[in-house]
Amino acid sequence: MKWLASPRHLRELGVLGMNARNALYIGPNNRRRYYPRVDDKLLTKQLAIDAGIAVPELYGVVETQHGARRIDRILDGRSDFVIKPARGSGGDGITVITGRIGGSYRKASGVPLDLDDLSHHISNILSGMYSLGGQPDRAMIEYRVHAHAVFGSISYHGVPDVRVIVYRGYPVLAMLRLPTRLSDGKANLHQGAIGVGIDIGGGRTTHGVWREMPVTVHPDTMYAIADVQVPDWETVLQLSARAYELTGLGYLGVDIVIDSNLGPLILELNARPGLSIQIANRVGLRSRLEVVDRDGDRKAPAEARIAFSKARFGGSRASDTPSTEPA
Amino acid sequence: MRRWHLPVLVAILTVTAVSLIVYKVRALGYPMTPAEEIQSWIIEARLSFEATGGAAKAELAIPLDPPGYSILDENFVSRGYGLQTERRSNNRVAIWSTRRPSGRQTLYYRTTVTPHESKSLEQAVPALAAPPLYDELHSAAVNAILDEVRSKSADIATFSSLLMQMLARPTPDENAQLLLPRQASREDRVRTAIYVLAGAHIPARMARGLRLVDGARSAQVEAWIEVNNGQRWIPIDPDTGAHGYPPDFVMWWRGDTPLFSVERGRDAEVRFSVTRTMEEALETATRQAQLSESAVASYSLLALPVHTQNVYRSLLLIPVGALLIVFLRNVVGVQTFGTFMPVLIALAFRQTDLVAGVLLFSVLVTLGLAVRFYLEHLKLLLVPRLAAVVIIVILLMAFVSILSQRLRFEVGLSVALFPMVILAMTIERMSIVWEEHGPADAIKQGVGSLIVAAGCYLIMFDLRVEHFIFVFPESLLLVLALALLLGRYTGYRVTELLRFRALSEAIKK
Repeated sequence: MKWLASPRHLRELGVLGMNARNALYIGPNNRRRYYPRVDDKLLTKQLAIDAGIAVPELYGVVETQHGARRIDRILDGRSDFVIKPARGSGGDGITVITGRIGGSYRKASGVPLDLDDLSHHISNILSGMYSLGGQPDRAMIEYRVHAHAVFGSISYHGVPDVRVIVYRGYPVLAMLRLPTRLSDGKANLHQGAIGVGIDIGGGRTTHGVWREMPVTVHPDTMYAIADVQVPDWETVLQLSARAYELTGLGYLGVDIVIDSNLGPLILELNARPGLSIQIANRVGLRSRLEVVDRDGDRKAPAEARIAFSKARFGGSRASDTPSTEPA
Repeated sequence: MRRWHLPVLVAILTVTAVSLIVYKVRALGYPMTPAEEIQSWIIEARLSFEATGGAAKAELAIPLDPPGYSILDENFVSRGYGLQTERRSNNRVAIWSTRRPSGRQTLYYRTTVTPHESKSLEQAVPALAAPPLYDELHSAAVNAILDEVRSKSADIATFSSLLMQMLARPTPDENAQLLLPRQASREDRVRTAIYVLAGAHIPARMARGLRLVDGARSAQVEAWIEVNNGQRWIPIDPDTGAHGYPPDFVMWWRGDTPLFSVERGRDAEVRFSVTRTMEEALETATRQAQLSESAVASYSLLALPVHTQNVYRSLLLIPVGALLIVFLRNVVGVQTFGTFMPVLIALAFRQTDLVAGVLLFSVLVTLGLAVRFYLEHLKLLLVPRLAAVVIIVILLMAFVSILSQRLRFEVGLSVALFPMVILAMTIERMSIVWEEHGPADAIKQGVGSLIVAAGCYLIMFDLRVEHFIFVFPESLLLVLALALLLGRYTGYRVTELLRFRALSEAIKK
């Protein structure tokens, strides 16, 4: 393998770079005053509930240091929940609790935490340790999503989610994000999760990327990650397309989890979604954005946009490219 | 219109900057590069005091004919004061007076000197007729010292050197202890030596002056002794006994008189600042431009007081560092802690030197991180924890300074110049990255920041860059134009070529 990709080849493939994403797509399509709708997860949740879109249930919000010390009142005996900063970025500061061992809580990775650790963590969130620019923040405690059985063999402690890039309301690229031992149950690629490309047309997974290198099996469970059917794919597409009307943001990353009982739920939205999704799908994002710019009808309703995306972007398969390793 | 806005702006900035630079080079003769041959130095003495009411008078010793240097130019800045200069024995004195001063008064004397061969020290002074009247105790001590020194010396020069060395010993013998005050300074030792030498009929006098260090904002006055051997005056270093003034020493005044005195004023102090000037070409260019009353020259940074010039010399280089950061982040894709933190660290490197600076920075951040991990156990709130890190960083800095003083590792003293709040923030961010993304990422970003800081230092404080930006501040318009252009760069970053190489390979197959 060569040390560097040639910029010309990347341009031919329509690969989107960070500078182009910021200057050409995020800048013109995402109006600054709509940012709070995605940066503040509490606001996102409220908007989604108002629009009748399914989201994980909110158990409580901690807004003061005083409240952080009385966390046990909000928890109310629960032992299965997620704590997250309302304005966190990139998955930082999210703690997933899956149960109790004696007096202490158990993180998704198995590490025990006592009540003191939890309230210290919440107090850090409130001080703005994880928020953009160090602004004071609020901590949310919400329903922990239970992974759909389909993903049982290909995720390690934690819940996989589906990231869909939605451009002007058209779903253009999708990827399944699988937590690993390295990512501590989180589904963020830069924390060590695996990204697996998904065919927009039918919802089957294609190729995997882990730490920016191609993979075919989950490194912790050793099961093949290609050719897995994402359940309820139609609903996933509908949720993502509707997120455009919800936020008014033209360039959007929609994170959807598939709960074993409740089906697809919008977990959060992102106004600056990452670019590794291109590696997982082996497709340049820019080429697809240009298709939407050229042929996409700006006023089309959600159903028409989904049909357009399935017709134009669907059809990629795991077997499109020969795999050198046995699955 | 919108499409053309930026290119037009960039073009205007570029044309303005280039035409100003060309005008200054062609018409006014400003030098493009720093020439090394002729250096001249601007020494500024700033006398300030608090007026206590009534007519005030201030006297300041000023150089007459410093050995090894010649005075090119001198001027006095003193609004509302009458000024006269007077010769007093071997010295020259500036006398300022005013009738009704109020508040803090500041008087400037500025001189430009350049190295120059001179023979001003040839002066025959006859041996002293009679030794001073010592009391019994002193007399015995002086004679004992003179006997000891005389037995080991050949002439007046070696005699005086040996005497100075004897007085400068860390633990002087009993006789010397009797004559020297406790914790004797250079000045005290010179005074004692003059007193003892008089016992041997040798004429001697005190001389004081400054060491020329470029950019010094409060240079210290240093005392020397001059001994006459019947033909000429021989300067002797009171610490080592070495003969002759070093090339970077400018003698300011002679004799045991104070540097300054103020009537009807209190809290008087004198600060010296020293700057190496651009050399003769620039000096003449500025003067000619002033004579021709060119507006460009009269609004030049070179017209500012010297210590303000020194501030701007560093300040003007920050945009260069900022541009480098823009390039490294948006075109190369290097990750750093804090956007412009490396530029501030680079400013600190200027005082410490690169290698020592990198070393000190790494040591401080490592120690700070260790403390920060310990604080994590105490479960503190964010702001108090940051404050604790700042306090500990400052204590660590003091500790490093003291330790390096003990170890005679002088660069360690300059650790105090690091921006400690920036250091504390760096430590805090690094520890968060460490916890959230693992030590590999934290160390990668830390080393990245350090490399960027070193790069900024090397580019910002390159002599030619420093000279060019200072003489042609309008070149910052070019820097601005480049920053604006880079703001529209939408190509790939170098790190992305690395990141997407797997993608590129996969599709090629």
